[in-house]
Amino acid sequence: MKAKLLKGTAALALVANVASAEEVRVFNWSDYIDESLLEKFEAETGIKLIYDVFDSNEVLETKLLAGGSGYDVVVPSGTFLQRQIMAGAFQKMDQSKLSNAGNMWDEIKDRTNQYDPDGAYSVNYMWGTTGIGYNIGKVQELLGEDAPLDSWDLVFDPTNMSILSECGVHFLDAPAEMIPAALNYIGEDPDSHDPDVIAKAEAVFDGIRPYIQKFHSSEYINALANGEICVAVGWSGDVFQAQYSASEAENGNEIDYSIPVEGAQMWFDQMAIPVDAPNPDAAHKFINFIMDAQNAAAATNYVWYANGNKASQEYIDPEILAYPAVYPDDETMKKLFTTTPYPSKVQRVVTRLWTKIKSGT
Amino acid sequence: MRKFSLIFVPYSWLIGLFLVPFVIVLKISLSDTALAIPPYVPTLDISGGMASLSDFFAQLDFENFAFLASDDLYWKAYLSSLQIAAISTVLTLLIGYPIAYSMTRAAEEWRPTLLMLIILPFWTSFLIRVYAWMGILGKEGVLNTALMSVGIISEPLEILNTPTAVYIGIVYTYLPFMVLPIYSALERLDDSLLEAAEDLGCSRTSAFFLVTLPLSKPGIIAGSFLVFIPTLGEFVIPSLLGGSRTLMIGKVLWDEFFSNRDWPLAAAVAVILLMILIIPIVLFQKNEQKQREAEQ
Repeated sequence: MKAKLLKGTAALALVANVASAEEVRVFNWSDYIDESLLEKFEAETGIKLIYDVFDSNEVLETKLLAGGSGYDVVVPSGTFLQRQIMAGAFQKMDQSKLSNAGNMWDEIKDRTNQYDPDGAYSVNYMWGTTGIGYNIGKVQELLGEDAPLDSWDLVFDPTNMSILSECGVHFLDAPAEMIPAALNYIGEDPDSHDPDVIAKAEAVFDGIRPYIQKFHSSEYINALANGEICVAVGWSGDVFQAQYSASEAENGNEIDYSIPVEGAQMWFDQMAIPVDAPNPDAAHKFINFIMDAQNAAAATNYVWYANGNKASQEYIDPEILAYPAVYPDDETMKKLFTTTPYPSKVQRVVTRLWTKIKSGT
Repeated sequence: MRKFSLIFVPYSWLIGLFLVPFVIVLKISLSDTALAIPPYVPTLDISGGMASLSDFFAQLDFENFAFLASDDLYWKAYLSSLQIAAISTVLTLLIGYPIAYSMTRAAEEWRPTLLMLIILPFWTSFLIRVYAWMGILGKEGVLNTALMSVGIISEPLEILNTPTAVYIGIVYTYLPFMVLPIYSALERLDDSLLEAAEDLGCSRTSAFFLVTLPLSKPGIIAGSFLVFIPTLGEFVIPSLLGGSRTLMIGKVLWDEFFSNRDWPLAAAVAVILLMILIIPIVLFQKNEQKQREAEQ
């Protein structure tokens, strides 16, 4: 009680303290940070932090391209970042304000350079894979002990899906992730920009469409954790959050994540500053704060996503660092693929295809 | 002068809050997508004078409307929205009428309380109430847990993410809009008319169908429009409670705008939706007017 009271007083003091101070508005993915870091940032800098969340790159892009989003820091994924740089949505970073730049991991930087050459506009926040989250018990109960948990067969094979539909399957509502996954599954180039090749993804979904309960990019975390569904195509760290919630709730749902043997998409979420950011100076401070080795490690320890900060690895929970589903080993790394943004005409084909797949018409 | 200032207020309301936004949406629906801020071309630039203005108009075309007509996805979405709106209206009427009727039959001193109870849900955010339904209807939700614990069902019912959940959500949300107009129509009903009907040999049931029902018709019509019109473009309920099989135009519009980032096409979908809505809105206006004339 006393501790609570103290905490309350501290919060009040904090509010009073920053009432007249400057503000920074951050727009990040949902369930993607250790919230104590937000308080730490406010305490260290005296800048009031307004933290807002989204669950799809598409929504973020809509806000950015509408202009005047009012955010100082946003976190799009690589391919979207590249498109948005082309649209003139971001300002170049002032490297002199990023004193922690030396902490970053060159291997990740090399990969993100394809979206943002020399990292002129962005800094990596987290990276991860798009794979399969599942409830071990429920899947094995339906498909037997030898259920293909580490293969895309689990979700792209209609026979498996017709059985799994009984306990519920969610897919990400993200065409830029799901269509490459389907193309990769049938042996096509996942990064193909050829409309004829992309169209082949439709056949993959046609067979399994009736068995997909919902296309959504964040509901599956709770749904997996509380047993509403048993399989979700989702993002690595999100599935680990479901795993954690389920074990906290002790509801008997044992959740795990796999990077399928056929390969999976690797993505990078990059912190960037919108061109019309009201407070770019504070934005740099926030980004530099996250680039601090201990802060980046705290975020990873909380959300179970790998980050692009080499120096932080010293402070990361060894269990996470050694977990190949988070920090893939070299063998798995070879099977991961990245994608590039679609040209606008192809984009229309992709999104139309996706609307058709989703609505089943 | 006085007359002018009287009509000025409603007209400026109409122009500022309806006509101007509509013209903007219409203009976007005639544009093309672009990778820019904002994500469409052309944008109006009056600094170049008449030349740039005519250039601006030359770039507008009906391509997006042609695309809408060529893709059956949109027709299916409009039709399915019309169907869902129509069925929901009938359902709210079937549930709302008896509620309104029994409210007017209740003792006089109880009526304000009953009326209050109908309005009470509005005190909580609509979004939270729809979220609450997710908790009730889910596979491990309140309803399934309760039914299973008393042994009525052995397998959880699949309600959430189905069209049934959408109907439950819509009927629940829009029920007050049906009850209130019917209640106000029934409350004005003169009881002596019923007494007269019974004196003339009408049974209670036929008195209801011959006297009460026809006299409450204005309320039924007003309530039906108040439910039908917003339901047609409903987005929140189908996206939270419905699965991907529930095709509604509000959701398609959201997808075009946010997922596809195709503002011009989204604007075209909205313009057509408005065209479809104009028919019931005009009918509603006519009905209101007729009623006012009848009262005078």
